[in-house]
Amino acid sequence: MFRRLHDVEGKRVTFTVDGRSATARAGDTVSAALLANGVEVCRTTPVSGAPRAPYCMMGVCFECLVTIDGNGNRQGCLIAIEEGMLVETQKGARAVAVDGRAGAGA
Amino acid sequence: MNELRDVSSLSERYDIVVVGAGPAGLAAATTSSELGASTLVLDENAGPGGQIYRAVTSTPVSAREILGEDYWRGAELATAFRASSSSYARGATVWSVGPALDESGCSEALEIGVSLGGSARLIQAREVILATGALERPFPIPGWTLPGVMTAGAAQIALKSSGLVPDGRVVVAGCGPLLYLLTEQLRAAGANIVALIETTPRTNWAQALRQFPDFVRSPYLTKGLKLLWGARRHLRIVSGATGLQASGDGRMTEVTFRLRGKEERLACDLLLLHQGVAPNINLSNATGCVHDWDDGQLAWIPRVDEWFLSTVPGVSIAGDGAGIAGAESAPLRGRIAAIAAATRLGLIGADERDRRATPVRAELSRALRGRLFLDALYQPAKEFRIPTEENVTVCRCEEVTAGQIRETVALGVVGPNQMKSFLRCGMGPCQGRLCGLTVTEMIAEARGVSPQEVGYYRLRPPVKPVTLAELAALPKTEAAMRAVVR
Amino acid sequence: MSHAQRREEPDVAVVGGGVVGASIAWGLARKGTRVAVLDEGDTAFRASRGNFALVWVQSKGLGMAEYAAWTKRSAEAWPRLAAELKQETGIDVAHQQPGGFMLCLSDAEMQARIDATKRLHNQPDMVKYPYEILDHAETKRRLPAIGKDVVGSIYCPLDGHVNSLRLFRALHVAMSQGGVDYRPNHPVEAIAAEQGGFNVRGPWGELRSGKIVLAAGLGNARLAPMLGLKAPVKPSKGQIIVTEKVAHFLHNPVVTVRQTDEGGVMVGDSQEDLGFDTAVRNPVVSVMAERAIRMFPLLAGLNVVRTWSALRVMSPDGFPIYDQSQSFPGAFVATCHSGVTLAANHVLALAPLIREGALPAEFQPFSARRLHVPSAA
Repeated sequence: MFRRLHDVEGKRVTFTVDGRSATARAGDTVSAALLANGVEVCRTTPVSGAPRAPYCMMGVCFECLVTIDGNGNRQGCLIAIEEGMLVETQKGARAVAVDGRAGAGA
Repeated sequence: MNELRDVSSLSERYDIVVVGAGPAGLAAATTSSELGASTLVLDENAGPGGQIYRAVTSTPVSAREILGEDYWRGAELATAFRASSSSYARGATVWSVGPALDESGCSEALEIGVSLGGSARLIQAREVILATGALERPFPIPGWTLPGVMTAGAAQIALKSSGLVPDGRVVVAGCGPLLYLLTEQLRAAGANIVALIETTPRTNWAQALRQFPDFVRSPYLTKGLKLLWGARRHLRIVSGATGLQASGDGRMTEVTFRLRGKEERLACDLLLLHQGVAPNINLSNATGCVHDWDDGQLAWIPRVDEWFLSTVPGVSIAGDGAGIAGAESAPLRGRIAAIAAATRLGLIGADERDRRATPVRAELSRALRGRLFLDALYQPAKEFRIPTEENVTVCRCEEVTAGQIRETVALGVVGPNQMKSFLRCGMGPCQGRLCGLTVTEMIAEARGVSPQEVGYYRLRPPVKPVTLAELAALPKTEAAMRAVVR
Repeated sequence: MSHAQRREEPDVAVVGGGVVGASIAWGLARKGTRVAVLDEGDTAFRASRGNFALVWVQSKGLGMAEYAAWTKRSAEAWPRLAAELKQETGIDVAHQQPGGFMLCLSDAEMQARIDATKRLHNQPDMVKYPYEILDHAETKRRLPAIGKDVVGSIYCPLDGHVNSLRLFRALHVAMSQGGVDYRPNHPVEAIAAEQGGFNVRGPWGELRSGKIVLAAGLGNARLAPMLGLKAPVKPSKGQIIVTEKVAHFLHNPVVTVRQTDEGGVMVGDSQEDLGFDTAVRNPVVSVMAERAIRMFPLLAGLNVVRTWSALRVMSPDGFPIYDQSQSFPGAFVATCHSGVTLAANHVLALAPLIREGALPAEFQPFSARRLHVPSAA
């Protein structure tokens, strides 16, 4: 859905999306990094399972929710991508681990 | 400028806390620190600039002509801010503003709830300037929640912050000056814009013409004409379209509209919607500021005096958050609010306040010329503010439809707060940012009364999510313990 | 609003459209009574909006055994209410009765709870129902998500919860389908008994009715004396925290933490006498949050999407007031702070009695005369 302008410079960042390796540019938000890597659907809703993707990219719509390093429902458009980040798309309501941690997507 | 990187390095108290590092916030903080107030700017983004000047200090887009000359004005504001003595915390989310109460329940200062680096803290200020700007108006059409549909602003952010350009066929739809600006920016960056679908009702021209003399004297005339001409030369523009819909299975693949009675389908990969912006009032609402409905802007505007002081003592609102007035007005409003706040703090006297403010007001009045024309011309069409199809999603978070809302008005529900209880609309994480205006207008229309009479959601902090653990770590009192442990 | 349902003189006017008023109104309407409900507007206090949605039996009635019996009766009738609402409106209010817990975070708390429970059940004429006192290990076996700070709990199989917002909606749909004339934006200023009926007045005009039921929550205090009744209720402020929707981990309601059927977790509860103040205040939020995390550590990382505060309608002893006017027969008052738990009774038991025109002797303990309130001026 998006490609990078050809003359864009910037340090490369490597991260994973649902276990797959991906690269982005330092300074990208997590949502921008996902869009740049062709991830068109970042979650399905807890209410009906409908597919959703970032809508506003400025922290207002809460559609860009993804799990980052085990923490669910993070607004990807407000968080800078970092080297080694584990990003996961979400299915439905945020999963919790009964042994004490709220966290990763299902 | 003094950058603070973790929540423990914030002081307990500041003279002035500014929320938002867009043009209004940057100008307010630069002015207030010049006048001797200890100032802190809190902004949730990765860098200063707000939305209009997003990433102005860090954008990877080096070709100046892509983003346009206006954009680079933001760099000047950022430079002045950097040279000031203000403190600044980026990535800091302000989730509440309210009176700081002492043991006897009295308040001498304001208390700001801020979350930075995963920790929440309450700090105090004698004055708060809210400069949280605007957000895109909701655009509730069938299919607007599908992946592949975004706001025009979202595409602009992707471009400015990351140098990302839509790949594939793009349709841009809606109305308002930003639509043309964005189309130009994307086109200059190499995007394939298949069509610009204008939803401005033809009838707006009659209303707008009443404001035309003012517009002619404004800076918008030449700017606007340049944009319009630039746009028309390169792409297909569809004017007066109705019945706009996005459709697809699992993601948007097609845009449908009606033009002069005929239906047309456009296959595309990205639909960008925009029909103007409205003040982002969640924080001012939760703080208790009174808001009034503005029929010209079709939005809620906080009630402020000539110094941008709201109805809550010590809380001022500058920039587009006080009513949409554009990027040139924002820093001027920020300066006026800061000058008045410094006066209330006793840092300068009333004479100096007036002396400083007068030229700024003159500049502001020039910058405001033409706004009424733009407001009238680009008033979004009713069909795109009050959806007629039953299945259109109005509340995206809780997936509440237009049909459900109308049914519930028929049950006797008269306002958005009752509506919330009945249908959960407004109860999601966005707290009504994407449904509130629609819900108010739908109820007003169904009841045959004004939006002012219908009202809006009554919000409470936190206006942005904080974790339960962050809240649990905040200070507790004996009285609070007694209230809970019984 | 359906103008076709506007009645000039209903059999019964119900003042108040919250869960108590709506329950009574529907209960009357389904028996054939012509009812009008006078409700306030969008920003009224509306205790019903601020409830924790529990259908709760344990711990209630210390000081009035009749209240414990009344509560138990309502909890046992709730499945019938849910079924009838579903049949009438198609709305499933998600009533569940899996049993509820009171969790204790210290030995002192545990002992205080046990003592209170024993005192409650030792009262003369106390209705019998099962409960269990559980240690940490047994509580953990039943609620795997609890933290190590939970020293024990009291469990009662009669406790449950419901989707209270859907309950509210279902009652309104049921009222509408039952021909109730529901009138929002109709605040009541004065009521007078006139010529064998009642005349209700407000800025909107006047309404005559044969009988009148005051179910106006905090407003009852002002209105009751107009009908020779007393309802000395006062606001009791409570705050609630609501989290984002989470995959289901908590099936049983805990008195201060419950997971709704939609997935969000509600955390309560506080009680303060601050008059009509409804501001959300951080210290109380902080205490509630910390206790909730000690009870369920996994809550720590969840995002809070909403907090709110509401005013419970509290009588001096905390028990309901059900009364009929001696001086003006046909005038009733009904007020409580557990409108959700008691909804089944209000629909199925209380409304038919109001329709018949008199509350039987069993309701004496609920009369405000128990409160020795000085006469209104």
